[in-house]
Amino acid sequence: MEITGNEIIHQYLRHNKKFPHVLCPGCGHGIVLGTLIRSVHHLGLPKDDVVIVAGIGCSGRLAVYVDFNTVHTTHGRALTFATGIKMANPKLNVICLMGDGDALSIGGNHMIHAARRNIGITALILNNNIYGMTGGQSSPATPEGAVSMTAPFGQLEKSFDTVQLACGAGANFVARGTVFHVNNLEKLMIKAIERPGFNMLEIITPCHTQFGRKNKYKTSVEMYRWLKANALDRERYEELEESKRGDKFPVGVFVERDEPGLEERYAELKARFSAGRNG
Amino acid sequence: MVKKNKGNSRVTVYPDWCKGCGICIEFCPKKVLEFDAHGKCSVVREDDCIHCGFCELHCPDFAIVVTEKKSGETAS
Ligand code: SF4
Ligand code: SF4
Ligand code: SF4
Repeated sequence: MEITGNEIIHQYLRHNKKFPHVLCPGCGHGIVLGTLIRSVHHLGLPKDDVVIVAGIGCSGRLAVYVDFNTVHTTHGRALTFATGIKMANPKLNVICLMGDGDALSIGGNHMIHAARRNIGITALILNNNIYGMTGGQSSPATPEGAVSMTAPFGQLEKSFDTVQLACGAGANFVARGTVFHVNNLEKLMIKAIERPGFNMLEIITPCHTQFGRKNKYKTSVEMYRWLKANALDRERYEELEESKRGDKFPVGVFVERDEPGLEERYAELKARFSAGRNG
Repeated sequence: MVKKNKGNSRVTVYPDWCKGCGICIEFCPKKVLEFDAHGKCSVVREDDCIHCGFCELHCPDFAIVVTEKKSGETAS
């Protein structure tokens, strides 16, 4: 009998790890992990051909639980390890799991240059608007005006728009989804894994413990209600008058190109040299 | 094929994995689920389940599974 739903998930978890996992009740990161597993399952990728490269932060903990090749790296540097892995063995599917702090602040430089190089990596940026694990400090994705541990009177700085950043840096594929709209998220994730070049998928995922509680969400469920009410398909968002946008934000695909990844161009160069032509 | 008619689904919660976040309870379209006395999810109206899959896809802890009732099991 064909297995479905969470029966699929259980086949990919490392059952020698302690469950339930370490994340807080209602943390969206668990939904991301489930979506990632279903996406890989859908694509029929053998576990040994998948490499999860995680940074530091609550999102980084996900790598511990799943039975692929996994590398838990240093803060902000997941993309650098992933770049090396992809160049050394281009047949692997290399998927980076990073938080907003990890990918946009400490690793911000790696992020723009990985996009510019168009290295064949799937970059999943789990944006919960905060540094969760280290105690709730503002990240570059903390919205202006939001309260955090380091901005008790409201964040004064503007936040990054991850999607615009990746578009500007030249990524092949740029998309945004949420953990509430999980079927759409799965479709986007499948594309982000199977397409060539650098594919960035931003995933809006609630952190009630460090962000929601300080920002008037009584429960994590309220944060999911907010996602439900405010995520809009990109086309519909763009039709909406600016004055009516309020908290609404666009989801969907923003860039979709088929340029070959750096590792493919490198392989071509090697082939040219071994054929004795260098011009 | 997932059948959308009522009474054909078996909804199972693994209490050891459930953290009582309440996402499934809040968004289940048929109000199949409620908190139990320990603050965890419990299945109270299984016959109303339409196998929409929401709870299973959104449980951050993989603690809930919805399957079709096996033939021979009657819709009680
Ligand atoms: S602190 Fe936030 S991001 Fe970290 S596990 Fe808890 S809810 Fe999730
Ligand atoms: S499958 Fe849908 S209807 Fe059935 S319990 Fe889950 S959320 Fe409710
Ligand atoms: S979503 Fe999962 S963890 Fe949350 S209450 Fe339901 S079964 Fe429990």
